[in-house]
Amino acid sequence: MKKNGFWHEIKKNKVLYAMFLPVAIYYILFAYIPMGGIVLAFKEFNYRDGILFSPWNGFKNFEYFFASGRAWLVTKNTILYNLAFLAAYTVFSVACAIFIAELAGKIFKKFIQSVMFLPYFVSWVVVAAMMYNFFNYDYGLINTLIKNLGGEPIDIYSNPTYWYFLLPMLYVWKWVGYGSVLYLAAIMGFDEECYEAAIIDGANIFQRIFYITIPMLKPTMIILILLALGRILRGEFDMFYQIIGNNGLLLDYTDIIDTLVFRSLMQVQDIGMASAAGAYQSVLCFVIIMFVNWLVRRYDKDYALF
Amino acid sequence: MRKGKDYILFNIIGYIFITIIGLFTFIPFVVLVVSSFASENYIINHGYTLIPREFSLSAYKLIFQNPQRIFRAYLVTIIVTSVGTSLSLFLSTMAAYVMYRKDVKYRNTLAFFLYFTTLFNGGLAPYYIILANYYHLKNNVLVLILVPLFNVFYILILRNFIRGSIPDSLIESAKIDGAGDFTIFLRIVLPLSKPALASIGLFIALNYWNDWWTPMMFIEKQSLYPLQYTLYLILSSVNVAANILQNVVRIDMPKESLKLAMTVVATGPIIFLYPFVQRYFVRGITLGAVKG
Repeated sequence: MKKNGFWHEIKKNKVLYAMFLPVAIYYILFAYIPMGGIVLAFKEFNYRDGILFSPWNGFKNFEYFFASGRAWLVTKNTILYNLAFLAAYTVFSVACAIFIAELAGKIFKKFIQSVMFLPYFVSWVVVAAMMYNFFNYDYGLINTLIKNLGGEPIDIYSNPTYWYFLLPMLYVWKWVGYGSVLYLAAIMGFDEECYEAAIIDGANIFQRIFYITIPMLKPTMIILILLALGRILRGEFDMFYQIIGNNGLLLDYTDIIDTLVFRSLMQVQDIGMASAAGAYQSVLCFVIIMFVNWLVRRYDKDYALF
Repeated sequence: MRKGKDYILFNIIGYIFITIIGLFTFIPFVVLVVSSFASENYIINHGYTLIPREFSLSAYKLIFQNPQRIFRAYLVTIIVTSVGTSLSLFLSTMAAYVMYRKDVKYRNTLAFFLYFTTLFNGGLAPYYIILANYYHLKNNVLVLILVPLFNVFYILILRNFIRGSIPDSLIESAKIDGAGDFTIFLRIVLPLSKPALASIGLFIALNYWNDWWTPMMFIEKQSLYPLQYTLYLILSSVNVAANILQNVVRIDMPKESLKLAMTVVATGPIIFLYPFVQRYFVRGITLGAVKG
């Protein structure tokens, strides 16, 4: 047997490979096999014949999906919302991290960090309930306040334009605690000497932030943004589904690929449409990741994901 | 250090900014808890409030009047969360340890094998059909444990943590002393990874506790509904809520405060976990949280 062959390696480290086995089996069963199910997009599925033996129907499912007129709408919504989320999230997380790192007052910082982390702990189901408490027309907190001040209450749940701002705000609300910890951790790892040298040279705190902290945060930011760009077509199904649900008034403004797929599968039982939309999403997603990665590789190899 | 004008200015801006963010994240929770103790009448007449003016336990009484369903949901959630979290944490760390060992020739291949699943998948429809029709996981409590079981990023974070905090020489010397690979993992790697285990464990536990998606997809049997899904059903329809609480539909049922009280009940316990792991937090997720 060859000394550095495949089987030799497996045999040499058999305990280690065996230790990896549970995770490997899980991913084969729950990720790789369902991946093969993408053929469903080209089939007319029926439960009797199953995925393997259902008859092929070429690109019919895709034709139907694109003819429905929603393909472009949901793609646009998905991408634009996720870009807005990403921009707002990055700005707020970085700002919070910088302030928390530099502010005086240890106890205050500890306390505020815990408070900022609270939303991370609750499910979107709970967030949707809170959202409703704040914004519902009859007795929501905001409208109660407006009425007490003598104004006209606003009906947010039937007014689509508000959601362009509300959803990114909500996204920041939910994730800013987590994001700021990621950036704060990076800041904690920076070399103190840079700052000391800058202080000796007479840099004030704003100069230190703009010329040391932010440039040094760039690699972390780039990688986190890259990771998020990879998910740009699969963004926040939980949030959209729980908060908007099937509110027909808002659907055109807030329908994303994930909610469309979910509705076609679970409510309309339209498996053809659901698989075509899902396959479209997967392929597009893959292309975007590859493209972004290629772009970054060209710019600086160290930042690339793989 | 001298504290110049810039420092004072910075602190003023910083305190204002951070306080505003803090209020934004905190107030909704206050409203939730306070309003859940308000009476239905008060909510209908005055709306939700920040400052309590009336104290009523009626919503909580209603929830615990017929507590079987709620306790059942609690039981399902607690079992699924504890079994799932321990299983996931142990197996994830084990896989991370394998990918960290430099003498494993295919460690990068293994990492890519995992990473690839985040790049590409078959979509929701095949996933659903394969789990439901081929693995027969529909209405099976196992599905609640299996679907959220692993997260590739957590495994990679764990690997980077081990790589950054456990020196190779330690493993080497343990080997010379005659420890097997698995023993090294149990005796050295696991105990030394405590900060990462605490924070990743919390994330995993949260995923389980807050999971409403899996039961919505795969569970139809009411006895297997976990907490969040029960909450979701109550929120989306008060008539369903009446059924869930095994209550004959009563006109005077406190619908609004019931929803709030149920939200508090479903959220409570998991938040108490946070203080216990907070001190590990920054250290735990940082060490290479970023790059896979």
